[in-house]
Amino acid sequence: MSPALNRRQPGSPAVALLAALALTVTACGGADDGGEGDERRLTVMAAASLTESFTELADRFEAEHEGVEVVTSFDSSATLATQVASGAPADVVATADRRTMQMMADADALAEEPVVFARNVLTLAVPADNPADIKGLADLQGSEFVVCAPAVPCGALATEALRGAGVTTRPRSLEVDVKAVLTKVLLGEADAGLVYASDVVAAGDRVLAVPSPELTEAATDYPVAVTADSGEPDLAQEFVDLLRSDEGRRVLDEAGFSSGEGEDQP
Amino acid sequence: MTTGTRLGRAPAHLLVPALLGLVFLLVPLAALVARTPFRGLPQRLTDPVVLDALWLSLWTATAAMAISLVVGLPLAWVLARVDFPGRSVVRVAVTVPLVLPPVVAGVALLSAFGRSGVIGAPLRDLGISIPYTSTAVVLAHVFVALPFFVVSVEGALRATSREYDEVAAALGAGRGRTFFRVTVPMALPGIVAGLVLGWARSLGEFGATITFAGNFPGITQTMPLAVYEALSTDPEAALTLSFIMLVASVLVLALLRERWFGEIAR
Repeated sequence: MSPALNRRQPGSPAVALLAALALTVTACGGADDGGEGDERRLTVMAAASLTESFTELADRFEAEHEGVEVVTSFDSSATLATQVASGAPADVVATADRRTMQMMADADALAEEPVVFARNVLTLAVPADNPADIKGLADLQGSEFVVCAPAVPCGALATEALRGAGVTTRPRSLEVDVKAVLTKVLLGEADAGLVYASDVVAAGDRVLAVPSPELTEAATDYPVAVTADSGEPDLAQEFVDLLRSDEGRRVLDEAGFSSGEGEDQP
Repeated sequence: MTTGTRLGRAPAHLLVPALLGLVFLLVPLAALVARTPFRGLPQRLTDPVVLDALWLSLWTATAAMAISLVVGLPLAWVLARVDFPGRSVVRVAVTVPLVLPPVVAGVALLSAFGRSGVIGAPLRDLGISIPYTSTAVVLAHVFVALPFFVVSVEGALRATSREYDEVAAALGAGRGRTFFRVTVPMALPGIVAGLVLGWARSLGEFGATITFAGNFPGITQTMPLAVYEALSTDPEAALTLSFIMLVASVLVLALLRERWFGEIAR
């Protein structure tokens, strides 16, 4: 009996899988190389909540700039900050709060002072059928609701708002990002959740926003900046200008953001 | 393990890739340890949130393996030893969770055990709610780790000839007795390997847990969730937590290997 031979059996599919992966990676690399050289590329890294609006703005930017390809990458602001601070190849970076932008400024990763281009207001969201009949923040008392963890920006705002409304019920979960809160509401696994206005717009008619006057001041500012290592600083600046133009304003409005004007220094 | 005295020295075309593989696995881990700020270690080790997360991770991973052993061993045995129509389909079904992105696994679990899920809705009528509980963490772990265990054990069962089972049967042992006295002891190294693999997978599980069980300290926040939450606010803390988790898991595995597995799995 040879145990060494027997043990090989369960391993072989894994080897095949690895080989397949290696092939795929090689294939992708090959296809990628062809396009470079004749096209200018602008890489925009942005907070996840900007996915819909920035995808549209990227399309418009490409339409207005012949031969320019805009590559977008969306992630949590903290992840973006870590990536850009450690040299990720971005030209423009937009985050969902000032603190993460400051982390990049402290790491000397920005070419200029960031400017605020949008505001996102915390919003009480419920599933379309509103099973727990939530009519305002105070109704969260005794309900099954989820919010962001206090350590992340949406959670800090939520904690303060809940305290202000006198809600003492423990949230069922402290999600690590706002999309996770939205997912729980979308799936009907929570009676309500505190998300941003842009998230409610992105979710369409599957989620309702409950008007809550006490939340108007619970908002986060979105700063944007050109990175220090940008290979296309002029194009990058034009993209930032687009965000602050009437056209950019309209796209951001439709996505649920409010105006960030009047506060240029984050 | 036998030395290569009779077979000759290990050839370079095997040693070089082996070394490459080892280096690839170890360099990121060494880099992680090198970046860990050890000054914060004593403080984190006494932080109740960290201890809660570590304890939760360890006990839920262990509970998940206990469940995997009870249902997974018979399942692997059926796949390896019992001829029935559609066996290959069942085998594929068992391995599907392996390729499923863990977040999707979490959504699948919600669809089954969530508030409006096929099993969750009737349970809720009985006053039982699984999401956002430690039970949900264990279920998420079982869902992602059970396939590892079953595949590993099935491989081990197939590697040990069924002739031994037949001999035992010929000597008058029933199928149940044969299973416990002959089949299981012979496949023990594979079973142990499957448990270790599944336990390790449970310990690192993130996506399914945070989707299905949410994130609340002391209840559903396992170490990977705590690490991820810390990453968005305090990357240094995240590194320290990762280090603690790494050391704890290596310690447990090393202890088990010495005390128990060493004697049977060697």
